[in-house]
Amino acid sequence: MPLNTLRHPLARLGAVAALATTLSGCNAIVMKPHGDIAMQQANLIVTSTLLMLLIIVPVIALTLFFAFRYRASNTKATYTPDWDHSTKLELVIWGAPLLIIIALGAITWISTHKLDPYRPLDRIDAQRAVAPGTKPLVVNVVALDWKWLFLYPEQGIATVNELAVPVDRPIEFRITASTVMNSFYVPEMAGMVYAMPGMQTKLNAVMNATGSYDGISANYSGAGFSDMRFKVLSLKDGDFDQWVKTNRAGGQALSRAGYLELEKPSHKEPVRRYAKVEEGLYDAVLNRCVDGQKMCSHEMMAIDAAGGLGKGNVKGVRRESTARGERTVVAALCTPDNPLGLPRPAAAQ
Amino acid sequence: MNMNLSESIFGRLNWEAIPYHEPILVATFAGVVLGGLAVLALLTKMRLWGPLWRDWICSIDHKKIGIMYMVLGIVMLLRGFADAIMMRMHQAVAFGANEGFLPPHHYDQVFTAHGVIMIFFVAMPLVTGLMNYLVPLQIGARDVAFPFLNNFSFWMTTGGAVLVMMSLFIGEFAKTGWLAYPPLSGLLASPDVGVDYYIWALQVAGVGTTLSGINLIATILKMRAPGMKLMNMPVFTWTALVTNVLIVATFPILGATLALLTGDRYLGTNFFTNDLGGNPMLYVNLIWIWGHPEVYILVLPVFGVFSEVVSTFSGKRLFGYASMVYATCVIGVLSYLVWLHHFFTMGSGASVNSFFGITTMIISIPTGAKIFNWLFTMYRGRIRFEVPMLWTVGFMVTFVIGGMTGVMLAVPAADFVLHNSLFLIAHFHNVIIGGVVFGIFAGINYWFPKAFGYKLDDFWGRVSFWFWLVGFWVAFTPLYVLGLMGVTRRMSHFDDPSLQIWFQIAAVGAGLVAIGIAAFLVQLVVSYLRREQLRDLTGDPWNARTLEWSTASPPPDYNFAFTPVVHDTDAWHDMKQRGARRPTGGFKPIHMPKNTAAGFVIAMLATAMGFALVWHMWLPAALAFAAMVIAAIVHTFNYDRDFHIPADEVTRSEDARTRALAAA
Repeated sequence: MPLNTLRHPLARLGAVAALATTLSGCNAIVMKPHGDIAMQQANLIVTSTLLMLLIIVPVIALTLFFAFRYRASNTKATYTPDWDHSTKLELVIWGAPLLIIIALGAITWISTHKLDPYRPLDRIDAQRAVAPGTKPLVVNVVALDWKWLFLYPEQGIATVNELAVPVDRPIEFRITASTVMNSFYVPEMAGMVYAMPGMQTKLNAVMNATGSYDGISANYSGAGFSDMRFKVLSLKDGDFDQWVKTNRAGGQALSRAGYLELEKPSHKEPVRRYAKVEEGLYDAVLNRCVDGQKMCSHEMMAIDAAGGLGKGNVKGVRRESTARGERTVVAALCTPDNPLGLPRPAAAQ
Repeated sequence: MNMNLSESIFGRLNWEAIPYHEPILVATFAGVVLGGLAVLALLTKMRLWGPLWRDWICSIDHKKIGIMYMVLGIVMLLRGFADAIMMRMHQAVAFGANEGFLPPHHYDQVFTAHGVIMIFFVAMPLVTGLMNYLVPLQIGARDVAFPFLNNFSFWMTTGGAVLVMMSLFIGEFAKTGWLAYPPLSGLLASPDVGVDYYIWALQVAGVGTTLSGINLIATILKMRAPGMKLMNMPVFTWTALVTNVLIVATFPILGATLALLTGDRYLGTNFFTNDLGGNPMLYVNLIWIWGHPEVYILVLPVFGVFSEVVSTFSGKRLFGYASMVYATCVIGVLSYLVWLHHFFTMGSGASVNSFFGITTMIISIPTGAKIFNWLFTMYRGRIRFEVPMLWTVGFMVTFVIGGMTGVMLAVPAADFVLHNSLFLIAHFHNVIIGGVVFGIFAGINYWFPKAFGYKLDDFWGRVSFWFWLVGFWVAFTPLYVLGLMGVTRRMSHFDDPSLQIWFQIAAVGAGLVAIGIAAFLVQLVVSYLRREQLRDLTGDPWNARTLEWSTASPPPDYNFAFTPVVHDTDAWHDMKQRGARRPTGGFKPIHMPKNTAAGFVIAMLATAMGFALVWHMWLPAALAFAAMVIAAIVHTFNYDRDFHIPADEVTRSEDARTRALAAA
């Protein structure tokens, strides 16, 4: 914004209003979303902006006013070259921002807890509370190179690059990734949460309007990142059931071997539908042991938590080649037929 | 055996590493070669090799090193900005069927290089250059505490820059983003040399930065003129002190973090992998424990610049000196308590997020106090709108908006929708350009006459300022808007055509900034050509207040013929008020450090070692390391390190100053 449009505080407010109009002209989905969580986040942006404008507007106005009033050519203005201290002014200088930060800090504390992505929802939107006993729809999200896999444990189905949710029903997303970090983000629904390999993050959210929206990865993850988009279908209950049926009817099964194939890096992947998902696949993805040939990370962590095995006592360390190069892994945990936990033959897949 | 030998010499370097199939790079390379040959020919023709080597490369004079830092920063600004304008042009066209002119492989390197270069090799050298040049002059010292170390630090920083530039033509640069988060920067996702260039460039430059921090702390604490208590130091020196404390406390963290990443990439360790107990979140925490103080390392010195400029051009004492100093120190301490706000969305609990959100907001209180102090320095002043003051007013208006959007991002629940978006990009460019860059231009325009004896051309300075200011807002307002439209950073291609107009506006803004940069270069040339008209003989062209203005412009090698005695905060203003007379006789020989090639030699060996390690050239790497150690040891046996400027030489140059003052 050029300086001269900001000369006057009223002009400044006008500029904000103009900006708001422009924004309503374009599709500022972050400010006008269709999910309750994102809506509250948008309101928070507005509240915090207004609070800060209380001090920003006077500062900008005073800067321009002083710059004009005390210009060297204006010899009528008072000139006090040695005046450099005023306790009262210092109190205002430190006190006014402090008051605003106290207010904003309180808002921060409350909103951060209320909008914590891990917190189960207690309302559908501003008017409706979540009925007691409502179970959220669980969707397991896996960020792959460079596509999204959605697993529906309740329905037993899975999709790639298409997420369908029933409108007005709380959803619990459990999010992980296969190799590198991504960020799961549906701007219309709720804020983003990182998807990280070997770890699970959570997001509780709800959609309040039916329609087709966009979902993206919000964290750069390599060459195919820009096309790592998916469609979000927010459907009425009946339509959602229909969608589940269509998936069951048309799709194949997602086995561990199929996942290992899917996991390989690819760009612009079309929508895929799976009617069935092999038992325990999501947990295996999360614990990085889908191929069944290495120790799952939760087993490793359990051993470490119990004090570990000590140097030299892990027998099955080996190199494994992956789609993106070699890495060191620990072979599967020992079992009665494999007492040393040595690598199993490929047939184990 | 032969095979092994050639492998241990050349590692993985081969002809494939030369990107001759990339037309943009080939053209750039041709340009660099032609330009380089022209410079070499000119140097030879004008017989400048000797002076260049003796008076600059080997110089341990803090003023020359300061100028060399500024030159490095400005040269790298051109490279970093070339990356920026390529990104803006690419994003303005890469819609729908049009894939743009940069494939992801190239585009991802461009945005990574842009970030790395702008922070480490533009902003850092420019603020370090200002501190190097000014701190000794402001405290009445003849050089820094460790002059040789200063030369070494500069060449290490340059060595890092050289490595980044080499990656353009030999191999490639990282495709990871400027902080190289694993697992993306790990061996599996980035097997190429890009991340290795990143690691070694930052390690080599980081050594330089850390040592320069130690040097300046020692200088400020031990070498102030008699009478100058800590609370009498110029505010710029105060901000330099806090900045260098931050540097010494944080850059080792960067070094350690990169060393752990090096372990993962070279030695098969698993600090940041997902297997065998490693965790990439550890890297993200560590890098931001360095990274957040880093932004204050950049911005605090320019806060000092603005304090000097506002006070001088308002013709007033700085309002609230003590509160300015405390605000600086408070910012320094708080900068360590906010790092987690860079990744609220990584799954920390609500209480942890709230804590870091609120500490972040608290930083805005001392920062706000600073803005008010500048405001009340202008109040009841007699403000001369010379170019440095224009930059300062432009800064105050621009920076508060950036501060506001920063506090918005500090509210964790709001950050969940703004994080990693173009809103975030707009925010940090708003504070880095609106703060650091504006401050550096204010500083260059303000102190240039001190360094070279003539002012910078006023007209081109104004042109540069207005194009930068307007260009900045035209380039980044659309990014704020796009952020609110849910567009994320680092995208190389878009499908939604309604976004395109905003990217086109942003590209126009980048074009305006390009004119601003060009105007600055023109300003330098025009000022040089008009130097006789712009000449300042007084050494104090702005009627300024601090000690650096009490000596000649440019200052003699020894800075001050007699060490000044300080009685007040604005020491030079105080001397002028009391009618202090400059001593014109009784000069004594002055003890000075001697130039040496050791810093340059060791730093270039370190750079060569970095290059060899990038390419797994183990034998040359070992040789370079051994040579580096030997060179360092040999240097310790050099006892011929100081000399005296004879009294009659001092008398001669002081007499010249007396005549100049009489003529002015």
